[in-house]
Amino acid sequence: MIRFLTFLLAVLFATVAHAQDPLRLELTDGVIEPLPFALPGFHAETAGSEQVAGSITQVVAQDLMGTGLFRQIPRSAFISTPASFSDPVAFADWRAINAQALIRGAVAVTGSQVSVKFRVYDVFSGSEMGEGLQFTGTTDGWRRMAHKVADAVYSRITGEAGYFDSRVVFVAETGPKDNRAKRLAVMDYDGANVQYLTDSSTIVLAPRFSPNGDRVLYTSYESGFPRINVLDVSTVGRQQLTTQQGEMAFSPRFSRDGQQVIYSLANGGNTDIWRTDLRSGQHTRLTSAPSIETAPSFSPDGSQIVFESDRSGTQQLYIMSANGGEARRISFGEGRYGTPVWSPRGDLIAFTKQNAGRFHIGVMRTDGSQERLLTASFLDEGPTWAPNGRVIMFSRETQGAGGTSSLFSVDITGRNLQRVSTPAGASDPSWGPLQR
Amino acid sequence: MTHALKAALLIGALALSACTNADRFDNPDAVNLNDQAGIGQTGLGAAGNPDSPEYFNQTIGDRVLFAVDQSTLSPQAQSVLAGQAQWLMTNSDYLAVIEGHADEQGTREYNLALGARRANAVRDYLVSQGVAANRIRTVSYGKERPLAVCSDESCYSQNRRAVTVISIGVTS
Repeated sequence: MIRFLTFLLAVLFATVAHAQDPLRLELTDGVIEPLPFALPGFHAETAGSEQVAGSITQVVAQDLMGTGLFRQIPRSAFISTPASFSDPVAFADWRAINAQALIRGAVAVTGSQVSVKFRVYDVFSGSEMGEGLQFTGTTDGWRRMAHKVADAVYSRITGEAGYFDSRVVFVAETGPKDNRAKRLAVMDYDGANVQYLTDSSTIVLAPRFSPNGDRVLYTSYESGFPRINVLDVSTVGRQQLTTQQGEMAFSPRFSRDGQQVIYSLANGGNTDIWRTDLRSGQHTRLTSAPSIETAPSFSPDGSQIVFESDRSGTQQLYIMSANGGEARRISFGEGRYGTPVWSPRGDLIAFTKQNAGRFHIGVMRTDGSQERLLTASFLDEGPTWAPNGRVIMFSRETQGAGGTSSLFSVDITGRNLQRVSTPAGASDPSWGPLQR
Repeated sequence: MTHALKAALLIGALALSACTNADRFDNPDAVNLNDQAGIGQTGLGAAGNPDSPEYFNQTIGDRVLFAVDQSTLSPQAQSVLAGQAQWLMTNSDYLAVIEGHADEQGTREYNLALGARRANAVRDYLVSQGVAANRIRTVSYGKERPLAVCSDESCYSQNRRAVTVISIGVTS
């Protein structure tokens, strides 16, 4: 009996303590248990808005579940369901099914306009998290509105910026391995709304979004030689970065202000890193070594560049000033390291590692410490960061004559590895910014 | 030569140029093929004709292979390239594009750089043997154009290559 009372007190105490803490999911390596949330279907407030309301609710749920951080409580477990958006919240009913967060929303369609409003509640403290928000737009943009709702929910619960209302540019692949057709494509982060930016008449490689998502850099063989193009996403107009005859240019990336491009230039068999100012057209050579220097990526503040070089005899990662000069090696583990990408937060560098016949996507701190491998397969490569620096997308190619490439995403803790749905083969993703 | 034989050779020439020129330059041979007199002079002739592209591709050998992650030329590769150089000096109407390739073990960017190294190693060797540098261009395909598609050394060794693609043209 005493034991039972103690247990009861402990439960009560825990509940009270819990009730005093605001709901906050700390994104650390320790988060293993997904946070349970309740998401009653968004109310259809106008005649004919039922379908959009249902679709939006579904996408909000998919976004949150896709992070691996949240768990949706099935509607069959609900004790009560609010009759309208303005109904008071029956917190006791949500607590009883152990929902920690409650998301309520409503959708109204008027002509070609749709508006979505929502509120998020911390069930155990019985309070609203932040204030309700409303998004309005055209009906064909309903997915973006759903992503915005999910971003707001994610942000309020985790304290981190979201990443759902974002796009990814990638290479769409079809055909056999020895005659693969490649074209640039852009899609929502979840694989929806695929649009093609080039045809498949020539090889295109490794597109990179500009920081505000208006342009894409990529490598094209349309001249017969690898050259870098700048493509305007809205007009699909493209321009070639000036290259001298005999030179091959590839592996481009934008600076944070979108005005500079760093890339590799191969001349006379030697590959070095160069920078071109898009306004002045001025080219500056940043490395000059007989070794291969490639895959440069700016630090978020633009002051440094991380790149790969085989100057030590094998591919390793180095950091130098954005103006070139002395570089310090940061990778020292076994194997080869390539394609470093600086995280948007500045604290980590994602890379491809090749060791003992396997490929890995990994992250390390900018001084090379705390290396952590997130994936392993026959061929993983080309990491790109979600705009909030919590998730990495990359290409995975399967083995053998029938090998195909597809896109995967993984949390920086190494959990929640997921295939990103694309219409056919896909490689070389570049994750764009959170849209406004 | 009968018309039928000429036609057969013509088709052969078209098929060959289609597979060797890798649609990079506007195929200059194609223009000549409409000109009967031109065929008589530059047609492939017998496979044994040492001035034919066929001879270059098959008898001398249009490609050399490399060890894993290497761009150094083996003695065997050097002997093939010496033959290529000799042929190019005899047949001075021809230009060469050297395509450097890598196997799939490696990142895309690194393999592009590695392919550039391999193509350049071949270029340097041909130039050292006396071929004018302005007749040669190099291009790297990295791991984008594998020849053999399996994922083991039997295929990888064929893919780590530099291919000398010849075509008639004017020097730049």
